[in-house]
Amino acid sequence: MPETSRRGLLFGTAAVSAGALLTACTSNEPKSTGNATARSDQPAADDKPGKPVTIGFAGPQADHGWLNAINVNAKSRAEKYSEVTLEITEGSNDTAVQIGQVKTLINKKVDVLVILPADGKALTQVGLEAMKAGIPVINLDRIFASPQAYRCWVGGDNYGMGLNAGHYIGEQLKGKSNAKVVELAGIDSLELTKQRSQGFADALKNYSNVELVARQAADFTVESGQAKMAQLLQAQKKIDALWNHDDDQGVGALRAIQQAGRDEFIMVGGAGAKSAMDAIKADNSVLKATVLYPPTMAASAIDLARALGQSKGIGGLSEMEIPTSLTLYSAVVTKENIDQYLPTGFS
Amino acid sequence: MTQPVSSAQHNGPDKGVLTGPAAAPPSKKEGGGGPRVFGLRADVRNLSLLGVLAVLIAVGGITEPEAFLDTGNLQLILTQASVIGVVTVGMTFVITSGGIDLSVGAMVALASVWATTLATQEYGFAGILFTAVIVGLAAGLVNGVLVAYGGMVPFIATLAMLASARGLALQITDGKTQIVTVRSVLDLGLPDSYILGIPPLVLVFAAVTVAGWLILNRTTFGRRTVAVGGNAEAARLAGIDVRRQRLYLYLLSGLCCGIAAFMLIILSGSGQNTNGNLYELDAIAAAIIGGTLLSGGRGTIVGSVLGVLVFTTITNIFALNNLQSDVQQIAKGAIIVAAVLVQRRTLRNGET
Repeated sequence: MPETSRRGLLFGTAAVSAGALLTACTSNEPKSTGNATARSDQPAADDKPGKPVTIGFAGPQADHGWLNAINVNAKSRAEKYSEVTLEITEGSNDTAVQIGQVKTLINKKVDVLVILPADGKALTQVGLEAMKAGIPVINLDRIFASPQAYRCWVGGDNYGMGLNAGHYIGEQLKGKSNAKVVELAGIDSLELTKQRSQGFADALKNYSNVELVARQAADFTVESGQAKMAQLLQAQKKIDALWNHDDDQGVGALRAIQQAGRDEFIMVGGAGAKSAMDAIKADNSVLKATVLYPPTMAASAIDLARALGQSKGIGGLSEMEIPTSLTLYSAVVTKENIDQYLPTGFS
Repeated sequence: MTQPVSSAQHNGPDKGVLTGPAAAPPSKKEGGGGPRVFGLRADVRNLSLLGVLAVLIAVGGITEPEAFLDTGNLQLILTQASVIGVVTVGMTFVITSGGIDLSVGAMVALASVWATTLATQEYGFAGILFTAVIVGLAAGLVNGVLVAYGGMVPFIATLAMLASARGLALQITDGKTQIVTVRSVLDLGLPDSYILGIPPLVLVFAAVTVAGWLILNRTTFGRRTVAVGGNAEAARLAGIDVRRQRLYLYLLSGLCCGIAAFMLIILSGSGQNTNGNLYELDAIAAAIIGGTLLSGGRGTIVGSVLGVLVFTTITNIFALNNLQSDVQQIAKGAIIVAAVLVQRRTLRNGET
């Protein structure tokens, strides 16, 4: 009877999945013991396939070029390893939803979790929960409130971003008396925006001839970038330099600058979008540099998660374990070194 | 209870176009000159808002005399008001009919990203304009059908549209910024295109405002909108096809969003799924501050436009004085509360 066979089929599938689940669970067991020998022989993870690892990835909604690049980087790096399975959740900017998603990944018993929280503080609790459940957490970029909530943090250097942007601008304006600088910041409610601004202010203190005359926050969007920049240009009739925290809102800022017909200053962007890099290379606008905040950190997080899942250190570092934190450098990309960085530009 | 308003108390033009009892819902027929918003008489209510605007202009002129009163700045204020202004005109109609459209921001986003996809850009100016308007209309049609014929509460139907239109916009863009390369579109946002010193976007805003005012105050369509908002049942008994009227209103809102999306494309030179963020709140707030009743039955285009101008002027003054965003938000909230309190007092004096 077709009824029976279908039921049988269903039952069979269930049995197979249960079996798979069982083996998955048991295969987790010898992680510490069985790999002990491998560990001493070859502590560093390399490209050779190792023990299967399932990595859970929970990030915010990719409503923004940089976040989209994060997802792309994570996925493509995971695909590089045949033994790595990436369980990726739908991105959400809703804290409650993201907590739910991480809990689902915990229940699925993934081997390692990579979490890029929409809000680091709000997701701390669920990070702790995962750690308690024996699932090590790689905290990507927006940092948790407690170090107990993650095994390793990897992210960009927001303070360094501001610092490097400030130093670059200071050097460019050397010899100019009463130089006026304006800042188009990102989302003011985010910790990273405060850090970027702090770094920028600290760097400018080294240059007594330079003064930060105005600062407005936009929302990381083209629309807000255009609107806020148009206002800034109206308020400041003559400036010497502009630092814009984010290249996406920079598209709008450049449009506002074009609409205002202004070109008496230099502009430095942030993050490293392809459009900004193209403009720097073409050298036909006020945009002369951008400070990187590399989305490749997602690929690094996958590498670290894989190494963690296989109980290895990472290549090049002859450590038994992966480090607890990894901060990426915020390089200043200018016309001189653009070719080196162009491949990392995201759109 | 006061006596029913005699026809002699009506304005000339109003009386001339009255088509039936539905134009003046029975429940609203009491109290002084009547709460209907036909003609300029009702718009006198907006004098309070004009006062607010005058105070703001004085504040701007005093704190930043050079920058604020500059021609470029006045052009900027009007330009920045124009996109949300067009959306607010459509929203005013919907609210006047007793409905609400929470999906305006999402419709602007969807229309703008759909119109800026590479495929559309191949068709140039016309392709982008056409796509933006059609997508806006299509989304408005869905809202209208759900509300008018599906019997869904406007709040829920348009909330669903908000979610799905934003989702679709995200899917189309894949989170990427779609930069416009069509020269003729981009040029419209540059100073060279100004006509007698007025940016084209501002002219579109003005045209939509005038059209909106004429439709609401001088046509059968406008009177039906007020009637449906005042008392839908009475309107139905008076022979108005309430469902069809509602469908048209959400279509109108969608159309406004399509036009606004095209304007935003001109302004920002790109399409992004985050476009039109929180427009629904700004448009509703501007309409309510302007004197449109959230419960329906009364709407004023002039008030809505003044509401938008008040918001834009506040933002402008804040930016010129280099206020930080936290202070800006607090002040904006306080001004909304103050304006609504003033408005309520004016309404109470006028009605009861």
